[in-house]
Amino acid sequence: MSATDATPAKSAETPLLEIKNLQVGFQTQRGMVTAVNGVNITLMPGKTLAIVGESGSGKSTTAHAIINLLPGSGRITGGEVLFEGRNIAALDEGQMEKIRGRMIGFVPQDPMSNLNPVWSVGFQVEEAIRANGIATGKQDVKKRAIQVLSEAGLSDADKRLKQFPHQFSGGMRQRVLIGMGLSSNPKLLIADEPTSALDVTVQRRILDHLEKLTRESGTALVFITHDLGLAAERAEQLVVMYKGKVVESGPSREILQNPVHPYTQRLVAAAPSLASRRIQSASKPLEDLGYEATRVTEGVDLIAAAESRVDAHAAAATAPIAIAVKDLSKVYKIRGGKGSASTLNAVDGVSFEIPRGTTMALVGESGSGKSTVAKLLLRLEDSTSGEIRIDGTDTAPLKGKSLLALRRKMQPVFQDPYGSLDPLRNIGNTIAEPLGVFNVGDKKSRRARVDELLDQVALPKSLVTRYPNELSGGQRQRVAIARALALKPEIVILDEAVSALDVLVQAQILQLLSDLQAELGLTYLFITHDLAVVRVIADNVSVMKSGRIVEAATTDEVFGNPREEYTKELLDAIPGANIPLGV
Amino acid sequence: MTGYIFRRVLQAIPVFFGTTFLIYFMVFAMPGDPVLALFGDKTPSPAVIEQLRQQYHLDQPFIVQYFIYIGGIFRGDLGVSFSGQPVADILARTFPVTIRLAILALLFETVAGILVGLISGLRKGKLFDASALTISLILISLPIFVIAFVAQFVFGVQLGWARTTVGPGAPIQDLVLPALVLASISFAQIVRLTRSSVIETSGLDFVRTAYSKGLSRKRIIPVHILRNSLIPVITYLATDFGVLLVGATVTEGIFNVPGVGNTLYQAIIRGEGPTVVSFVTVMVLLYLVVNLVVDLLYGLLDPRIRFVK
Repeated sequence: MSATDATPAKSAETPLLEIKNLQVGFQTQRGMVTAVNGVNITLMPGKTLAIVGESGSGKSTTAHAIINLLPGSGRITGGEVLFEGRNIAALDEGQMEKIRGRMIGFVPQDPMSNLNPVWSVGFQVEEAIRANGIATGKQDVKKRAIQVLSEAGLSDADKRLKQFPHQFSGGMRQRVLIGMGLSSNPKLLIADEPTSALDVTVQRRILDHLEKLTRESGTALVFITHDLGLAAERAEQLVVMYKGKVVESGPSREILQNPVHPYTQRLVAAAPSLASRRIQSASKPLEDLGYEATRVTEGVDLIAAAESRVDAHAAAATAPIAIAVKDLSKVYKIRGGKGSASTLNAVDGVSFEIPRGTTMALVGESGSGKSTVAKLLLRLEDSTSGEIRIDGTDTAPLKGKSLLALRRKMQPVFQDPYGSLDPLRNIGNTIAEPLGVFNVGDKKSRRARVDELLDQVALPKSLVTRYPNELSGGQRQRVAIARALALKPEIVILDEAVSALDVLVQAQILQLLSDLQAELGLTYLFITHDLAVVRVIADNVSVMKSGRIVEAATTDEVFGNPREEYTKELLDAIPGANIPLGV
Repeated sequence: MTGYIFRRVLQAIPVFFGTTFLIYFMVFAMPGDPVLALFGDKTPSPAVIEQLRQQYHLDQPFIVQYFIYIGGIFRGDLGVSFSGQPVADILARTFPVTIRLAILALLFETVAGILVGLISGLRKGKLFDASALTISLILISLPIFVIAFVAQFVFGVQLGWARTTVGPGAPIQDLVLPALVLASISFAQIVRLTRSSVIETSGLDFVRTAYSKGLSRKRIIPVHILRNSLIPVITYLATDFGVLLVGATVTEGIFNVPGVGNTLYQAIIRGEGPTVVSFVTVMVLLYLVVNLVVDLLYGLLDPRIRFVK
């Protein structure tokens, strides 16, 4: 994948894809809004290119414009999309149908919503094969469908043809979508954040596979992502987009090591995958790593946050234990067919201790039981057996007032900032609600406390009268944190609190959490599937698999010297972990 | 699957007892003496009254009357109407007529409703869509008897395309106009439901993915848009069957259709317990069967809710 083994390009060779001064606009009530403004991209046959940017940067819109599938009122308002020298932006619908699938394959973003739930997986792959004339005749089409699905890494493809999308996991669905995109041997494959909805280990496996497939077939790849680390690891060329414009483009490694545009510099600084990589090499002076440029950029400095954590950690060794969990188990009964019932040990003999003022990260893939631990701690569900002590008090027998007191001491922040705020309540009322529930202060002092909290989470006071739908994802998550802090809790349980956010916003929230901890002496239980952010925020790490803790140690130990095979796998899966740093 | 159907049939048992009891009670609680009402202005002799009361068990307490009736049902005896005809015979004569009418209406509203709704949804904001929305709004706003009288006047009297009343034996050609009237409101609802469903489905990710696979619009519309859009429409059809039966009572009255609606209306006026209860019970059971069929159809359309094997 390195740039050196590239065949010397003949000067006469036409690029496979050449986008010239592309403009895309969306018709709104206030007139045309430009989403993509003057994008230029050149891609040679068989090469890989990544478009990087935050949500709203126009990267997906650019991808959709290439195959002329812009959503809603979107139109190409200017420029050209040359595919093998032919302007496909000017083609009519019938001609475009022949390009899609056969010439340009597409792998969409969200595996959950991109397969039609009412048709079997086989049907949906077969119709693509038939439409593009790759095979005719029932048996041939079926054979080809099995072949593409097996190539995409789906085991037992022949048996799975008759199954429906809801019987597949997210990773399996993504493999189906990749198989579909490649089913007609296109010359170009556009992959729009093909794995951002998946667990890191699954993500890694799927991307490895995608890379192998495109390399073997000589398919050129346009890869769209918000994670610079991932982009740099997977593509030879990078295009960084910001507010509808290309702000920087060139070979991946060059951009990563020497970002010129301030926005790219911020992206490099914020990418948790890269930050954790940098910290990992912290035994060497940071200046040697070739990343010093990123340290001085405005805003977020994840390395500094992690460094100050090391100092705080030394002091924490003597701190009293805030959360002590011993042999915690939770068994769910699952109703099977014909009245038979089986059990699921969601949490199986989990023990850990978190000293006051420190952060423990609970890491694992979806289904590992980490969120169930959070629910048990918060007493949103009762444990089957085991013991939870908060500041030495067993929480299981607590009822009524004493349970309320516990809740006051321990506040949650959940993953989805869109779902965890009441859309009918303004921000001021949302943050003040816990104060009302616990009858803290009068109306005036509550107002003052809301202002103070908004200040703490770095939001303007003017937001008080706004509603959640008027806020960005990052702002909403800040509001959720402010609400959690309203009652001055000692413990905050963060269940995937940054997983749904863009990298830049994610970095800001991590910074905020870090600052708040230093300021207020908070104890965090930080639940995540992404080891990259753990490095930045946590003192201790417990790795969960199938309801059990398989490895527990300090963050340095886990990253520097992982004992379990599973932990190593998780670490390897951090995108960008294998980028040659040139140190 | 068979287990599921069996469970659904079992569910029908409490519904059967519940509805029959409730309706019997309501007929019993209606003001006025049914026997006296039978004679109108004339005053019958006390002996005749007493004899009639005994014959129809009207001298017994309510709960006894109910159990006499239920006992009769299990012996295959649905009782006798005040005019002396066995209720079973009236049922057998009138139900086929109404079912023919209902099926005709159902056919019209589904086929035309889905077609118009689909075109409307695909051409959102165009002339066809705007006209369909306006017409459907008018149809929804009008009570069914207004539509019935207008249709009767325009098509029956002015244009002479159809007979204003249905002839003896209720031949199909006579039932077309009443069926159209009966279907009109549901037709408008289905147009709107299909339209919004089609618009919603068209914007879903998997439709874009279908295009990106290189499929043509001609294939995507029926395979990926229409089928998914039909799921809420099918749900609506299930509840709509009840509306259709109620609407039939009014429509049959206006077009003089010798069906269930007309007969039931007369029986309610006369306070004929057994007749009313038998008719309503058959309607309720029919409704349950239709709902079961629709639920099975639903599973056929949407594999996510196929039943546990």
